[in-house]
Amino acid sequence: MSFLPKPKLHHPNLPTNKLGYTRRDYEGTISTLCAGCGHDSISAAIVQAVFELEIEPHRIAKLSGIGCSSKTPNYFLNPAHGFNSVHGRMPSVATGANLANRELIYLGVSGDGDSASIGFGQFAHAMRRGVDMCYIVENNGVYGLTKGQFSATADRGSKSKKGQVNADEGIDLVQMALSLGATYVGRGFSGDKEQLVPLIQGALLHRGPALLDVISPCVAFNNHEGSTRSFDWVRAHNEAVNRLDVIVGRDEIVHAQEPGTVDEVTQHDGSVLRLRKLAPDYDAHDRDGAISYLAERKRAGEIVTGLLFVDPEPSDLHAALRTPAAGLNRLGDAELVPGAAALAAVNASLR
Amino acid sequence: MSSRRLSAVNDFVVKFANVNGSGSASANALFAKSLLRMGVPCAPRNIFPSNIQGLPTWYEVRVSEAGWLGARGGVDFMIQMNPQTWDKDVASIEPGGYLFYDSTRALPKSKFRDDVTTLGLPLTEICNAAYKDPRQRQLFKNIVYVGALSFLLSMDAETIETLIAEQFKGKDKLIAPNVEAFRMGRERAKETFGEPIGLVVRKSDQVGDKIFIEGNSAASLGAVYGGATVCAWYPITPSTSLAEGFTRWCKKFRIDAATGEQRFAIVQAEDELASIGMVLGAAWNGARAFTSTSGPGISLMSEFLGLAYFAEIPAVLFNVQRAGPSTGMPTRTQQCDVLACAYASHGDTKHVLLFPEDPYEAFEFGAQAFDLADRLQTPVFVMLDLDIGMNERLCKPFEWDPNRKLDRGKVVTAEMLENGFEFGRYLDVDGDGIAYRTYPGTHPTKGAYFTRGSSHDRYARYTEDGAAYVDSVERLLKKHATARTLVPAPQMIDAAQPTKTGALFYGSTSPAMQEALSMLNKDGLQVDGLRARGFPFADEIKAWIERHDQIFVVEQNRDGQLRTLLTAELGIDPAKLVSMVHFDGSPITARFIHGAISKALQPANVEPRRRIAS
Ligand SMILES: Cc1ncc(C[n+]2csc(CCOP(=O)(O)OP(=O)(O)O)c2C)c(N)n1
Ligand code: SF4
Ligand SMILES: [Mg+2]
Repeated sequence: MSFLPKPKLHHPNLPTNKLGYTRRDYEGTISTLCAGCGHDSISAAIVQAVFELEIEPHRIAKLSGIGCSSKTPNYFLNPAHGFNSVHGRMPSVATGANLANRELIYLGVSGDGDSASIGFGQFAHAMRRGVDMCYIVENNGVYGLTKGQFSATADRGSKSKKGQVNADEGIDLVQMALSLGATYVGRGFSGDKEQLVPLIQGALLHRGPALLDVISPCVAFNNHEGSTRSFDWVRAHNEAVNRLDVIVGRDEIVHAQEPGTVDEVTQHDGSVLRLRKLAPDYDAHDRDGAISYLAERKRAGEIVTGLLFVDPEPSDLHAALRTPAAGLNRLGDAELVPGAAALAAVNASLR
Repeated sequence: MSSRRLSAVNDFVVKFANVNGSGSASANALFAKSLLRMGVPCAPRNIFPSNIQGLPTWYEVRVSEAGWLGARGGVDFMIQMNPQTWDKDVASIEPGGYLFYDSTRALPKSKFRDDVTTLGLPLTEICNAAYKDPRQRQLFKNIVYVGALSFLLSMDAETIETLIAEQFKGKDKLIAPNVEAFRMGRERAKETFGEPIGLVVRKSDQVGDKIFIEGNSAASLGAVYGGATVCAWYPITPSTSLAEGFTRWCKKFRIDAATGEQRFAIVQAEDELASIGMVLGAAWNGARAFTSTSGPGISLMSEFLGLAYFAEIPAVLFNVQRAGPSTGMPTRTQQCDVLACAYASHGDTKHVLLFPEDPYEAFEFGAQAFDLADRLQTPVFVMLDLDIGMNERLCKPFEWDPNRKLDRGKVVTAEMLENGFEFGRYLDVDGDGIAYRTYPGTHPTKGAYFTRGSSHDRYARYTEDGAAYVDSVERLLKKHATARTLVPAPQMIDAAQPTKTGALFYGSTSPAMQEALSMLNKDGLQVDGLRARGFPFADEIKAWIERHDQIFVVEQNRDGQLRTLLTAELGIDPAKLVSMVHFDGSPITARFIHGAISKALQPANVEPRRRIAS
């Protein structure tokens, strides 16, 4: 553990997970975002999620685009490789990385500008292609890094800090992901860690395209009255359809369940998602139902959070490509190069 | 009938004018392959306009005992099977040449030329009489004209019949009817014309063990041998057949017979931005990855190429060039992306380019590009063009040293980290400008770093410190200098006598240039040749330029792009480099080069030289 830039206090009482790692081992360098930025809360949720899942941090690859949100992979999981790519293009880079080595877990972090504006196409194609990754959009409704312009997820009629009113329709990435075939789709709120941490855990364990839209207020440019991404607005309009507990096979079930409203989903790796339903009629296995439920709640002015859809039997890009179970990046000369004799035969066929 | 008739043995140009989709392609290829089987070198070229009504296509075959494979220009024997392009085709025939056509429908005399021998055979009538099925009538018409042609050119019937049998191997039922159609054409030609014409194909031994393949197919085979596992691409002429070729070769060589597992991943991306993004993601993660594209795709990839250069991520790009700018002439050839690739992206960037001359080198460089990309941790461009990429070309057989190993470059393993290797992602340990990298997931606690396009120090930490920035971009220059020693060295063709005049060229200009140099030599004009094979320019190139006083830089673009690169990168006095460019979208010819250089060297007394047999 000699290479963590953050000073580490080896407090003997610091709790460790089964791998012997402390939570510190899942942290990153010190954030340079504005104090109070929602994105920092999401980073903290990621740290907690991976620590609790007992995944070795270096088995995760962190990728992002450009924006305040896309800077955050630097602020968690220091022992993991990170790739801060170009604006709006994280999905293609993550796709390529995943093609090269399916044995790692891919965590993509993006912003609403990054994914719904410049990178809308790449977002859509990663979903429909079935890239096995946890794709988190830190959604503040603005371009934070370029100082507060509206992004494409800003609601029609919402007001910018400078008083401008957004005349364009807002894109709901959750709706998009549902219709594009993502197999794990949820929405969280940076201010509700209790709901968010299990949502992230489920997405990391999910073996298919998982999209999490996380409302993440920008304290600098989108936390004022008239904004529909401010803390106050989201608190007041958040409608949680369920709460999630993620139980990795080997663990005891510790959470108390609310009787009569529990729905269990066993994911492909054996982990169990326990949905404590808050909206009793909500069915997280119904893609079409989720789409119309979201539309209905939106008309009522509510932001629905929770796990909105999960397919417990997802498929992914590698299944379609029939690649080996081990990463392509592990193949050596013998498996890749057909050799001199084969080339002689090729030559003979070309005469 | 004309009084003057061309006659030549194994040295003429035949051109087929067809309608796209009429099944002519395989018949025409049969003709070309027959020549090769008779030991006579030939160079076929497909000419296929992108958007002209009626979809005409042409197939031009240069027959050359001497082995000249560049386009010659002009047509000696036209097989005219497309009424729509009649006038232009007839006009393009050399004086004394021949016109073969379907004479089922009579044409007015005004449609013919006095100085061209007309050879009419009622192909439609013949086929209508012989076949009932309309599809058969059309398909066999092509074989019938190959039969007629084989008689007129005195070709060996047995060789062609053997080839037909090979072509339909596995579909044996088709062999007999095709052979029959071939014989029918041959016999009808004999009945109608009595004698073969003056253009003769005579058995020879000039083909040897050479192979015949398209550059795109060869390049994609090179990618297989270079260990590529990830291919991300977006369709664009003339590069599409490269990704398709990779798919084909992978199916042949990379599918596990027992499990059906595929040791490759090919993704047709949503656009070129995504293609190159996937390539970079895969290469960052330790797989060998490439994309194939053409000029417009390079433009779209430009932002990512800056990231790859600055963050030092390997990538291989096959750029099969076509005439630009914009959509330009998408089915015509040019060498017009040299500067766009050499300096692709914003900021100070310089990339590595390889210039193959033919399928042999397309294979060779196609494989080598992956070693170079990994070794140099940077994008490497293999600069093909439509002329090499989409035409079958005779070339040396591919070679592979059984002891050759893929060179993965400087990669730090978990073991090295355990043993105390001091890892700094951008630390120049060896003094060659190339730092060490780790693959993601290598070690639980050591060797992780953060890849970014923003400024970073030697340990990959974000910094806006000017000195650290300068340190890293200057090291990139040092790395570029290392690349100079790793790219393929130039090849020289010396004139008969020592001379201070030279001609510098690259890529698909090569066959025409070799022929032009030989023509100049015969004229007693001494011109040394240098073929550049890579950028950054090897030291030999500079030394060679310094040894000469006047150098013609021969290339296929308007602005003399390689010349610009030579002056900018080597500090050469521009006055010394004379730009000699051909850029109408047709492949450059020896006639053009010979004419232009002769004129420049002896402006007073040049007669345009025409290599027509007469
Ligand atoms: C090609 C390109 N265009 C523009 C920019 C400038 N830019 C940087 S971040 C950004 C917007 C980021 O917004 P978002 O993704 O919502 O992230 P946030 O900062 O809000 O977290 C823009 C436009 C860029 N980096 N690259
Ligand atoms: S500008 Fe907004 S999004 Fe960016 S760091 Fe500050 S609060 Fe966060
Ligand atoms: Mg934003």
